[in-house]
Amino acid sequence: MDNLIQYSYIVAAALFILGLKKLGSPATARRGNMLSAGAMLLAIVAALLDQGIVEYQWILIGFAVGAVIGAAAARLVEMTSMPEMVALFNGFGGLASLLVGWAALDTGATTFTLITIVLSVLIGGLTFTGSLIAYGKLSETIGSAALMFKGQQVVNSLIVLGVVASAVMFCIEPANSQWLYIVIGLALLFGIMAVIPIGGADMPVVISLLNSYSGLAACAAGFAINNNILIVAGSLVGASGIILTQIMCKAMNRSLTNVLFSGFGSVTDDTTEVEGEIKPISVEDAYYVLEAASNVAIVPGYGMAVAQAQHVVRELQELLEKNGCEVNFGIHPVAGRMPGHMNVLLAEADVPYEQLLEMDEINPRMESVDVCIVIGANDVVNPAARENEGSPIYGMPIINVDQARTVFVLKRSMASGFAGIANPLFYKDNTRMLFGDAKESIGGLVREFD
Amino acid sequence: MIATEVFLTLILMLTIFLGFELITKVPSTLHTPLMSGANAISGITVVGAISLAGNGQQDLANWLGAGAVALASINVVGGYLVTDRMLAMFKKKGS
Repeated sequence: MDNLIQYSYIVAAALFILGLKKLGSPATARRGNMLSAGAMLLAIVAALLDQGIVEYQWILIGFAVGAVIGAAAARLVEMTSMPEMVALFNGFGGLASLLVGWAALDTGATTFTLITIVLSVLIGGLTFTGSLIAYGKLSETIGSAALMFKGQQVVNSLIVLGVVASAVMFCIEPANSQWLYIVIGLALLFGIMAVIPIGGADMPVVISLLNSYSGLAACAAGFAINNNILIVAGSLVGASGIILTQIMCKAMNRSLTNVLFSGFGSVTDDTTEVEGEIKPISVEDAYYVLEAASNVAIVPGYGMAVAQAQHVVRELQELLEKNGCEVNFGIHPVAGRMPGHMNVLLAEADVPYEQLLEMDEINPRMESVDVCIVIGANDVVNPAARENEGSPIYGMPIINVDQARTVFVLKRSMASGFAGIANPLFYKDNTRMLFGDAKESIGGLVREFD
Repeated sequence: MIATEVFLTLILMLTIFLGFELITKVPSTLHTPLMSGANAISGITVVGAISLAGNGQQDLANWLGAGAVALASINVVGGYLVTDRMLAMFKKKGS
């Protein structure tokens, strides 16, 4: 029986890997997800065959509670709120690994096992509270600004020292379980302290990193209970999160250390000087320009998600295409609050995925674009990143919307964005500002076409 | 006799390299479903929690295990369902 369980885990591991491989293309991705779900089912059934199980009641109750909550959340969540949901799920994964690591505590364990118990409790704990804070910032239940205070570094260093000391004591004296409780407490505290100094616009990096940690916590729990499927699945998730974290950091031209340890905007002074004047445009005039355009590019940002404007954007796209115009979308890797956020919103509105172009694909085409419509994006289209060495975002790769013949910027008002960086794009000769709520402005354009 | 830990560490090392190869091939348009799918996979902890929740001892490990089964099941069920819901939205032109 034991061998059967172990072989089932090997098959499950192979299916997890195949499932991820199929995520390589939108055409096969759905089947890939089903393969992965099949792998999970197989692993769970195999685990239920374990002869150490004498009663199924608590397993079933736990599973029923989790399944109902999970299914309800999956069905009810709005696509704009995906970052919050992923953040919460990262946290649940972390807490589950913490509990398993804790339960694996056996005073007769080897030092290696004790170390892995500490690791699963530590990573799981900080993932849990860190994710709750990330959730709070994303859903704006707590302020999304970076929270810094005097002596923060000192406090954090003390927590790290405390974790190391109590972890060492636990490995020396495993019979004295209070050391493990101290590690748990400090891990939970550290998760909070690690995420509060990070601002809302940096959340794509944070949730990618916590995604990775939730996998690594499962991996550590796998070591603690000698289970290879936990190690395989956990490290796949860990690798995934780390790659996404790297992509996000590269897209902001910042190092991970810089994102984690310095509240944004407090580092450099902005020396961008803007010349020219703001030129507002009315919906009616914007319509005349669009009506004559033969090539339009749309560059969405977090503002599109906030205004829930994706469906009306799709309507505009269809009308433009009916008018004989080519329409493409340019998606910056850090547009939105999580990797791929804009793509999911536009897919929800039925925009075909071939028309969602990455930054490197859309930039070479920009000079032949008649009108570029920027919806709720700011830093990712700021030419200061290319031109002005004094700008805090200098060096960050951007979508070169200013190279289009005409740029429409849809914006609520002239109040500066999250990072408070001046954006010379708004003052360029070929830029027109369409002020107001993005959903209403685009709705106005759609009505003009009808 | 080589210790089990050595084999487990070997598995870890190989899977991390494999994971890097697999994930770099995922296009950026699918990064959100990738993350929610990763949420679901990280629910694999349920497999470890099951034997604890069923040990019949009514001890601390039993309760911790039951709690972990519940939490990890949220991830497994919620993660796969929401990923499927998202992936169903990605359509080719004309379909």
